[in-house]
Amino acid sequence: MKKLTLAALGVAGAMIASTAMADGHGNSTLAQVKEKGFVQCGVSQGLPGFSNADVSGNWTGLDVDLCRGVAAAVFGDANAVKFTPLSAKQRFTALASGEIDILSRNTTWTMTRDTQLGLNFAGVNYYDGQGMMVPKALGVSSALELDGANICTNTGTTTELNITDFFRANGMSFNLVAFEKADEVVAAYDSGRCDVYTTDRSGLAAQRGKLTAPDSHMVLSEIISKEPLGPVVRQGDDQWFNIVRWTLNAMINAEELGITSENVNATEFNDVSPSVARLVGKEGNFGEELGLDNKWAYNIIRQVGNYAESYDANVTPLGLARGVNALWSDGGILYAAPIR
Amino acid sequence: MSNSPLPSLIYDARIRGYVFQVLILVLIGFGVWSLVDNTVTNLAERGKTVGFGFLTANAGFQISDTLGTWAIDYSVGESTYLDVYFIGIINTFLVAILGIVGATFLGFTIGIMRLSRNFIIRSFATVYIELLRNLPLLLQLFFWYFAVLRALPSKREKIDIIPDFIAVNITGLYLPAPVVQSGFIYSVIALGVAIVMTLIMKRWAEKRQLETGQPFPVFWTACGILLLLPLAIFAMTGSPLEWTFPEFKTDGPMLRRGFQSGSGMVLVPEMMAVWLALTLYTAAFIAEIVRAGILAINKGQTEASYSIGLKPGLTLRLVIIPQALRVIIPPLTSQYLNLTKNSSLAVAIAYPELVSVFAGTALNQVGKEIEMIFMMMMVYLTFSLATAAFMNWFNARVKLIER
Repeated sequence: MKKLTLAALGVAGAMIASTAMADGHGNSTLAQVKEKGFVQCGVSQGLPGFSNADVSGNWTGLDVDLCRGVAAAVFGDANAVKFTPLSAKQRFTALASGEIDILSRNTTWTMTRDTQLGLNFAGVNYYDGQGMMVPKALGVSSALELDGANICTNTGTTTELNITDFFRANGMSFNLVAFEKADEVVAAYDSGRCDVYTTDRSGLAAQRGKLTAPDSHMVLSEIISKEPLGPVVRQGDDQWFNIVRWTLNAMINAEELGITSENVNATEFNDVSPSVARLVGKEGNFGEELGLDNKWAYNIIRQVGNYAESYDANVTPLGLARGVNALWSDGGILYAAPIR
Repeated sequence: MSNSPLPSLIYDARIRGYVFQVLILVLIGFGVWSLVDNTVTNLAERGKTVGFGFLTANAGFQISDTLGTWAIDYSVGESTYLDVYFIGIINTFLVAILGIVGATFLGFTIGIMRLSRNFIIRSFATVYIELLRNLPLLLQLFFWYFAVLRALPSKREKIDIIPDFIAVNITGLYLPAPVVQSGFIYSVIALGVAIVMTLIMKRWAEKRQLETGQPFPVFWTACGILLLLPLAIFAMTGSPLEWTFPEFKTDGPMLRRGFQSGSGMVLVPEMMAVWLALTLYTAAFIAEIVRAGILAINKGQTEASYSIGLKPGLTLRLVIIPQALRVIIPPLTSQYLNLTKNSSLAVAIAYPELVSVFAGTALNQVGKEIEMIFMMMMVYLTFSLATAAFMNWFNARVKLIER
C-alpha cells in the first residue's frame, strides 16, 4: 500500500511538472534555434541538385544552401545545421509540429498550403513547372496523345492534382500509380509498369540519372502547371519568417550587385557603393532589426555564396539553364526586394 | 478509537481505497484536459481550425482501379473526401480478408507439414518458417513487387493463362468480369437457402450417427447441395449473368496497344504483391502457432485414437485439432490483427489502401492531421475489435467442455 501511495504521488508530480514545463519554453523559433545551437532543416529524401546526400552523408543542393545560409545568418557558421530527410507525406506535419525549423524541400507554393496548413512560404528560390517523361519507344511527341496511359508519380504532391486537371481539361483518361518515395516511382517507371513519369521538370532532370538507359527517354515539351518552389516556415512567428525571407533576398541581391564569396572579403577594405555597403553591413543596422548580427548577409555570401554560385554548383550540372530563374535584368523573373 | 474523520481517511482500508481512486481519476482527467488544451492552443496559434467540414469537399485526384473505386463508382471532380475514405477502407478490408483467408490455409498446412515424419517435407517447412519470419515485411513486399514486376511481360505483350479468358502482363491480371442482370437475385437467395439446408442436414446427420452409429457423407452432400441448388435456379431464371472479356489490341498507336481499360476485370500487380507478401509472411507465424497447439496435446490422445482404429488423418481431424484449437485461437487472433495493420505498408508500392490514399494524398491537400488520423485509427480499431470479438465467440463455441 505504501508503494502504491508513493507511485501515485510520483505520477501526480510528473504530470504537474510536465504541464508546467510545457508552458515554459519560449515561443520564438529564433530563441529556440539559438538555444539549440543549430538550425533543423527539412529536406527531401534525395533529389540531386536540390537536396542530396553523398556517400559520406554531406548534403548539397539549392535547398540545402538556403538552410546553410540561414545558419550562417543566425550563427555565423553555415555548418550549424542538421538535415531531416522527409517524404512528401511527412513534410508539412513535421514543420507544423515543430520537429523542423524550416522546410526547404522544393515545395510548391499554393493557396491551400499557405492558408489551410498553418504555414507561410518565405519566398521562391526556384520557378518550375510540371512536365512529363516518356520512353522514346512509345512514339508520342505531345502530351495530348497520352489518352489511356499509365502514369507514375509521387503521392501527396501537387503533381497528382495537376495531372488529373490536365487530363480532365483535355477529355482524356488515365490510370494513376502513386508511390510514396521518389526512388520507388523511378524504379516502377523504369521497369515498364507505367508509360509516363510526371513530376516537376527539375525533378525529371534530376531523377533521369537513376534510369538504366537515360538516353532512351525524352521529356515532353508541355509544361502543365506553375510550380514556384520555396522555403516554408510556421505561421505565427514573423521574426523567423523575416530571417528566412531576407536570407533568400540577400543571396539574390548579392548576385545582382556582383558580390560573390570570393570578392566579399575585399568589400571590407575597399570603397564600395552604398547598396553593397548596406548588404555587407558596413552601413545601417539591418541585421539588428532582424535580431541578428549586422554581418548577417556578409556571412551568408562568404560561407555559402550568392544565388548564381549556388545555382551553378548544384542545378546547372543537371542540364537546366537559368531560363526563367535568371535575374529580372537578365530576362528571368528573379526579383528580390532591396536591402535598404 | 478516535471519532474525527481525518484519520479514518488514511487508516480505514475501504475509505482509503475510495480516496485514492478518486485522486487517480482526478489526475488522469487533469492529464487529458491539459493534453487537449495544449493541442487546441497550438492549433489556434498556427491559425488552423478543427472540424470535419472538409469531408464534403471535392477530391481532385485520380485513384488506381481497384475494388474500392469500382464499388464507390469514383469519378474525379465529383467524388468527395468521404468517398476517398470509404475507398481506402474497402481496399484495406479486401486485402486484409483475402490475406487472412490465405494465411490461415497456408499457415495450417505449413504447421502440420513441420510435424511430418517425412524429412523433406519437414525441412521445407522449417526453412520456409525461419526465412519468412526473420525478414522484415517491407523488404518482402518490395521483393515480391519488383521481382514479380520484372518477370512479367511489358504492357504491349501478355502471357495467356487460359487463352481469351485469363491473361497477365505488367499492368495486371485480367479476368472476365461478370455483369449482373435482373433476376440474379434469385440465384443469391437460392444460395442462402442451400446454406440453411446444409446446416439442417449436418445436424440431422450428427443426430443419426449418435443414435445408430452410421456415418453419413456430410461433406460431399453439402457440396452437392451448395452447388446444384443455386445452379439449378440460375439456369431456370435464364442465366442472368453476362461476361465481359478482356480485350487485347495489337495494332494501332503504340500507346493504345495492350489491354483496353473497361473490358474485363483487372487485378493490379500492387494488390497481388501486397496479398502475396502479407499471406506468406503471416502464414509463417501461424504455422508456428498451429505447431505449438498440436504439440500441446498429450501424446496419449494420439495413441488412444490409434488404438481404437482411427487412421492418422482422421486422428488429426477428429481428436487432435479440436483440442488444439483452444490453444491456437487466441494467438491466431493476434496474427489476424497484425495482418490488418501491416496492410498499411502497401503505401510503399502504390496500392491505394486507407493509409496511402487518406493519410498520404488527402492529408497533404487538406492538412487536418488530427481529424484524419483519428478517423483512420477508428477504422483499424473497429475492425480489430470486431475480429477479436468474432474469434472469441468462435473459441467459446469450439472449445471442448471438460467435465
